[in-house]
Amino acid sequence: MLPWYEYLIVFGTGGLICMIGQILVITTKITTARILVLFELIGCFLAAINIYEPISAFAKAGINVPIVGFGASLAKGAINAVKAQGILGIFTGGIASVAGGLAAAIGFGFLFGSLFKAKTKKF
Amino acid sequence: MTELERNERYNKYVEAKIAKTHAWPSLFNAFCFGGIICVIGQLFNDMLLSIFPTMATQSAWTLTLIFLIFVASFLTGLGVFDKIAVYAGAGTIIPITGFSNSIASPAMEFKNEGIVFGMCAKMFVIAGPVIVFGTVASIIVGLIYLLV
Amino acid sequence: MKDLECQTVFFKNKPRIIGNYSIVGPKEGKGSLKNYFDYIMKDDMFGEKTYEKAERKMVEQAVMGAVYNANITPKELNLFMSGDLLNQIVTSSFAARSFDVPYVGLFGACSTMAESLAIGACMVNAGYFNNIACATASHFSTAERQFRYPLELGNQRPPTSQWTVTGAGCCILSGKGNGPIVTSATFGKVTDWGINDVNNMGSVMAPSCASTMIAHFKDTNTTPDDYDLIVTGDLGKLGSEILIDLMEDHGYKLGINYNDCGQVIYNGKQSVLMGGSGCGCSASVLNSYILNKVRAGEYKKVLFIATGALLSSTSTQQGDTIPGIAHAVVIEHFEEKIINTSKKTKGRK
Repeated sequence: MLPWYEYLIVFGTGGLICMIGQILVITTKITTARILVLFELIGCFLAAINIYEPISAFAKAGINVPIVGFGASLAKGAINAVKAQGILGIFTGGIASVAGGLAAAIGFGFLFGSLFKAKTKKF
Repeated sequence: MTELERNERYNKYVEAKIAKTHAWPSLFNAFCFGGIICVIGQLFNDMLLSIFPTMATQSAWTLTLIFLIFVASFLTGLGVFDKIAVYAGAGTIIPITGFSNSIASPAMEFKNEGIVFGMCAKMFVIAGPVIVFGTVASIIVGLIYLLV
Repeated sequence: MKDLECQTVFFKNKPRIIGNYSIVGPKEGKGSLKNYFDYIMKDDMFGEKTYEKAERKMVEQAVMGAVYNANITPKELNLFMSGDLLNQIVTSSFAARSFDVPYVGLFGACSTMAESLAIGACMVNAGYFNNIACATASHFSTAERQFRYPLELGNQRPPTSQWTVTGAGCCILSGKGNGPIVTSATFGKVTDWGINDVNNMGSVMAPSCASTMIAHFKDTNTTPDDYDLIVTGDLGKLGSEILIDLMEDHGYKLGINYNDCGQVIYNGKQSVLMGGSGCGCSASVLNSYILNKVRAGEYKKVLFIATGALLSSTSTQQGDTIPGIAHAVVIEHFEEKIINTSKKTKGRK
């Protein structure tokens, strides 16, 4: 287990990223799909210019759990695969590195989609 | 006054008319919910590593994300997720939970239109762009690394 | 021959509303008009498998209820006019399958209730049809999934958005019988003042409403003070404020006799932001509270303006601005002295 202040850092950075998203939601009327894409691409970019790793070492789940981490995995995967396999890595690297999350999201989406029914919003 | 001028003036007037609500409560909520979700992820990750000390860091993170995705899909199925999200806003959208919810919610919603063209096709109405942009971006990053 | 500039038609033969019925969902059933609705659904599936089927059943029940309320038999209906928000107005046309009556499908988005009343009154006044059922319905869940996002998606509603009312209303127009009469109707022009925010319908519809209202006041030579109640369909809080401003620019002051169905249908504690919207909003309020009060004579003369935003999900995705429309109908209290039918007054539920 980590010391308590590490969790505080995780809480702070994770919260900060979400708060930036909320500011965007309020000021620009951005939709859910756009906000997800935007933060994912930010993660991709951070990983591509090699500054994601130091941030991740500091913030841990604070940046890995937001969709920023998902984007970073895509870029990191592509870079590593290119290093290892050359040209093939361009296509295999990205998706392979997020395969777990992607398959889980689709699999659980299918499962709970079949099991449950959409209910009306109450508010 | 031309039509264009009128429309511009009207748009400005409406913009000014919209009552300004205080943004602070919603920012605070987004901060807290987002932070808590990340801490839950960190706790789960640490727990995994303490139970399986030999596990690779990357695998532990993937399992953590799968855990959060599972919880978010399940809460979406129960109809709880959207109620939390009303308060949390971006606090639940930006963590991986939002991605999971954006796949599970149309899957549930469009079940009535059939399994193939309803549930499975509509599953990606919101998450589709995320996957497409992510894949394309990773290809571009890979390509750049190959060339430089 | 009527004046070409004039948008208003006047009905000399007193087409009247001999029956009305309203049905609403559970959320509306907790609102401030809960005592006036004829039927409040316990859950908004209404015993059906899909929300779309539930909406159809609501229309069917509204028509049957209005027929019963008018003291006629379904066979005596000559025409059924209806509209709704769904693509290809499936709710209305599918509901029309259950009635052995000629059917006219209308689309005027949320303005459909006034549109059907106005056209129905024209037909009755001309003597082409005797008993016409005018109905409209909307359902929160069907509208939400067609125009916005999946129901379970965790998104926040923008502060200017409105809540689509789950509700349906139907009234029976007839050439004879007892009930409030429709004295005139103003058909509105489509206006577009360049708003393209789908979550801000009130500001889209307010200019259309103002245009129809001004045309109506000019054509009929009246002022807002001549009406006991001026009620708009679903402008919501923001839209009503804009309307009041726009009308003031043209020298009409909307006072205490002005109200908006979207604002009155929910109570203040229900988090619906700007208020209700949808065809069902004006339909359920008109066919419950307003018509009952007119029938009882508490309101002598009511100006009912239903407003609609004519958008589709394709047009908004392509970034088009949203046009709006509004139709107005004047409903007056009327009692025929000669015919002495002891029509039972509608009791509160």
